[in-house]
Amino acid sequence: MKLKTTLENYLFVLPAVLIFSIFYIYPFIKVFQLGFYEWDGIVSFKDAIPVGWGHFKEIAVDRIWWGSMFNAGYITLIALTFQNALAFLLAWACDREIRMKNFYRVIFFIPPVLSEVVVGLVWQWILDGNYGLLNSWLGHLGLAGLARNWLSDPKTALTAVALVHCWKGFGWGFLIFLAGLQTIPRELYEAGRVDGANAWQSFTKITVPLMIPVAVLVAILTVLGTMQAFVLIIAMTGGGPAYHTQVPVLRILASMRGSSRFGYACAQGISFGVILMAISFIQYRFSKTRQA
Amino acid sequence: MKTGAYYKTKKTTINVLIHLFLLTVAVSCLFPLLWMVSSSLKTQETIFRDTSLIPKEFHFENYYLAWMQGGFGRYFLNSIFYTVCVVIGIVVVSSLAAYAFSRFRFPGKNLLFFMFMAAMMIPIPGSFVPLYVLLNKLHLRNTSLGYILCMINVGLSTSIFLLKTFFDKMPKELEDAARIDGCSKLGIWWNVALPLSKPVLAVVVVFNALNVWNEYVLALIIFDSKHLMPLQVALTTFQGEFITRYPLLMAGLTITALPIILVYLLMQKYIVKGVTQGALVG
Repeated sequence: MKLKTTLENYLFVLPAVLIFSIFYIYPFIKVFQLGFYEWDGIVSFKDAIPVGWGHFKEIAVDRIWWGSMFNAGYITLIALTFQNALAFLLAWACDREIRMKNFYRVIFFIPPVLSEVVVGLVWQWILDGNYGLLNSWLGHLGLAGLARNWLSDPKTALTAVALVHCWKGFGWGFLIFLAGLQTIPRELYEAGRVDGANAWQSFTKITVPLMIPVAVLVAILTVLGTMQAFVLIIAMTGGGPAYHTQVPVLRILASMRGSSRFGYACAQGISFGVILMAISFIQYRFSKTRQA
Repeated sequence: MKTGAYYKTKKTTINVLIHLFLLTVAVSCLFPLLWMVSSSLKTQETIFRDTSLIPKEFHFENYYLAWMQGGFGRYFLNSIFYTVCVVIGIVVVSSLAAYAFSRFRFPGKNLLFFMFMAAMMIPIPGSFVPLYVLLNKLHLRNTSLGYILCMINVGLSTSIFLLKTFFDKMPKELEDAARIDGCSKLGIWWNVALPLSKPVLAVVVVFNALNVWNEYVLALIIFDSKHLMPLQVALTTFQGEFITRYPLLMAGLTITALPIILVYLLMQKYIVKGVTQGALVG
């Protein structure tokens, strides 16, 4: 009887565990195995050549790889500063008695629900060098000299991609910041005012300190999300011009599909995953020491 | 002496400035989408010259052409099919598991639950490589079933978390009553637990539906055949092949974006809930 109940209970989790084991745990383990083989994904895996740490040594001196890492870092830096500052300011502006609050909230979250492909292709059309709207506007404003092929000019491509990424992403931070701001008890502000604090003081002494944990959360989500972003780039530039907008996941995809080096792609995935884990761990620890 | 009127003007000025700021951002959110729709209504000849937001003539036939010639009709139905199948799969599989994690006792329960939660926090950026290999081996690559199973897995952890949190807070009295009446465990899950968890199920459904509809990379590596592709992959393929047919591309983009925007506007309460709760997990 007892055994029957236990088996019955297991049946409830069985489908989930089965799917999870096959499509999450197995690939997870397999990445670590493949990372140490040279394999084109076509021949039987038995004929794959074990290369030990060879792939990782190659990655260490792979300039395109580290260039892509630098690009992702650049986009992340813009997202961390510009995008999150904008998100916070908007949330702060909406966290008050103000008309059309809900309207703003609904609008700001439209870009995040759209797919990266849609966003990327629409912006690619706006930024198009020959017929794009931006250049045509610049022409009307008498600034035709500034017009350029935004996405194929090496000087502007990466920044353009980064700003579109911010356009798509700030709504997330906005919602989380707003939820955080709404948990601050209004009495605190009342008490501050009674004690003679002006608006600036209540902002720096009440709002900011209470929002630090939320800010850390948003920062971690931003870093993890932005470092791994790549679909937007596929839609906007495809990684060009000449590697100027390459990012790590795009390189992994290229190793796999472009050069059929499945082992190298997995090794790149491992290196990148380790770096991501390290960054979020540091951010997390940093927030702990700040709070203590 | 500063009078009441002074403070009132100051407050109004600040409010106006804040509205200006918020409105500017709101317009910049909407404008690219309006431009997308506007471009989809122009012709191949006018699109490169006519930079007005409201076209002189509305060429709705672009939608017909995109739907028939561009193949977006097919891709649209594919996307609908995948979204429906994956969402049903996730709801059934994750609510069964979440219910067991919340109500039953069995050895290894905590370990299993921890495993699902850990999966949400560990990024594996290259996992699509072994997934591709695996699907090849199982003869599931370039099949709808392979894609659907992969996507069910993607939504599993978050959904189990949301549902378990909800079940934990749900009173057990009704379930006890059903048990006394001789209802089986599966019967209680279906007849009592699921109907009671409608609010959180709505979050799970809407959130996963958006996720599947917008998914790109797995569809890219799983499907070779055009007739199986969902919208997102079809769009980049179309753009690669017909780089200059902007009106049709824009019509395709509108066909892709419109359902999402409509669902979002109707269900935004649940989406906001999902975002804030989902974020608090991390």
